[in-house]
Amino acid sequence: MSSVLFDVPGPEGLRRQRRASVITIVVLVLLAALTLYKLQTEGQLDGELWEPFVTPIYIQALLEAALTTLQVAVVAIALSVLFGALFASGRLSDHAWLRWPATVVVEFFRAVPVLMMILAISLIYSEVIGKFWSLVIGLTLYNGSVLAEVFRAGINAVPRGQLEASYALGLRKGQVMQLILLPQAVKIMLPAIISQSVVTLKDTSLGYVIPYEELTNVGRAISIEFTNILPVAIVLAAMFIAVNYSLSRFATWLEQRMGRATGSQAELNVGA
Amino acid sequence: MDVLWESRQMLLAAFGQTISLLIVAGLGALALGTLLGAFRVSAVPALRAVGTAYVTVFRNTPLLVVFLLIYFGLPELGIRPPQFWLASLALFLYTSAFVCEAVRSGVNAVDSGQAEAARSVGMGFGQSLRLIVLPQAFRAVIPPLASVFIALAKNTSLVAGFGIADATYRMRGLINNNPGDVYAIFVGVALGYVLIVAVISLAARGLERQLEVAR
Repeated sequence: MSSVLFDVPGPEGLRRQRRASVITIVVLVLLAALTLYKLQTEGQLDGELWEPFVTPIYIQALLEAALTTLQVAVVAIALSVLFGALFASGRLSDHAWLRWPATVVVEFFRAVPVLMMILAISLIYSEVIGKFWSLVIGLTLYNGSVLAEVFRAGINAVPRGQLEASYALGLRKGQVMQLILLPQAVKIMLPAIISQSVVTLKDTSLGYVIPYEELTNVGRAISIEFTNILPVAIVLAAMFIAVNYSLSRFATWLEQRMGRATGSQAELNVGA
Repeated sequence: MDVLWESRQMLLAAFGQTISLLIVAGLGALALGTLLGAFRVSAVPALRAVGTAYVTVFRNTPLLVVFLLIYFGLPELGIRPPQFWLASLALFLYTSAFVCEAVRSGVNAVDSGQAEAARSVGMGFGQSLRLIVLPQAFRAVIPPLASVFIALAKNTSLVAGFGIADATYRMRGLINNNPGDVYAIFVGVALGYVLIVAVISLAARGLERQLEVAR
C-alpha cells in the first residue's frame, strides 16, 4: 500500500513496518488476554450467563424484538424521506414565506437532541398515540430534518449550468426540478440517505428510555433476569454491527457503482 | 413560563452537567480520535487494521448499547468509578470513532503535492504528518469536527436514561410535575440545547476564518 504520506517501502522500510506490525499485534494480544482474564476472574464467562443465547425462548424473544426495531426503523425512515423532501423543497422555494418557516423547523429539530424529542413526545402524547408512534415521530422529526439538508445539498450540488441551460430551453420551474435536477441529485444523495438509515436504525435503541419494547429494552429485561448485562450488551452490539455494517457496505458499493464519490456527501454524515 | 423561572437554578446546574460531559468527553475524543486517525493513514498494516476495526465497531453500535456495556458492564468487572466518569467514558469511546473519521477526511483533503514535497526534502512519515499535513488538515477538519461536537452535545442527553441529572433528565422531571406547562418546559430546555449548538458552530466558523490562508 502506498499513499502520498509514504513511498512504497524498500527492504529496510519493509522490515521496520513488519516490526511495528508485530509490536502492534503483541500489544493487541496482551490486551485481549487481559480482558479475557478479567472476564474469567469476575465470572463473566460462566456458561449460565450465556445460557439465554442458546435457549430457544430467549432467542425468539430477541429476534422478535429485533423485528420490532426494524419495524420502527423502516416506518421512521420512510416518513423521514417524506418529511425531508417536503422541507427541502420548502427551503429551496422562491417564496420567502415558505423558506423561512421551513428553515426554522429544520434547524430547530437538528439542534435538539433526538432523545429529548422522543421523551417529550412520549411524556405528552403517548397516552393518545402509543409508544410506537412516539418513538417513530421523534425519530422522524430529527432524521427528516437531517435528510432535508441532505436533499437540499444534493440539489445544490448539481452544476449550476444545468439549471441555466434548462431555463434557456424554456422549461418551467417544476419541469426543471423533475426532469433535470432531481434525477441527477438522487444519484448524488443515495449513499447519504442509506448512511442516514444506519443512524436511524441505531437511534431506535433510544426506545429503551421511554421505555418501548425494542431490542435494547428486551435485552435489558433478559439481563435483569440472568444478571448478565455484559454478555447481553455484547450480543446486542454484535447484532447491530452485523446489520449496520452490511448497510454501510451497501452504501459504499452503491457510491462506487454510481461513480460519483463526492467528499461533501461523506462530510454530511460525519457528525451522525 | 413561571415553571422555568422558578426552577432556573436547577436547570442551570443541569446544563452545567451537560456541558461538563461535553467538555470531558470531547477533549478525550479529540486526543484518541486524532491518534486513531493517524493509525488509519499509517504505513503499518496492523495499525491501519486497528483504526479500521475501532471505527467499524463504534460507528455501527448504538450509543445506548455502548452505555449498557460501560455503565452497567464495567461495574460487573469490579471497576466502579463515579457515574459521571462512566458516562463520560462511554461518550468518549463512541465519539472518538467519529473524530477519527473527521481527521482522516481532513488528511485526505490536503493537497498531495504538500506531502510529496515534504518527503522529497527528506521528511519521514511522522515528520511530514506532524509538520506539514496535520496543520493543514486541521483547517479542513474544522467543519466536520464541529458536526461531531454538536452530535456529542446532543448525545450527552442519553445520560438522562441512566440517572444522571442533565438537562434532559430535568425536563422529564419538570414535565411530570407540571402537566399544565409542558410546552413551555420543552421549548425552554430545547432552546438551551440550541444555544449550545449555536455556540459550537459559531466558534468553528470563527476558528475557520482565523486559520484561512490564501492558497
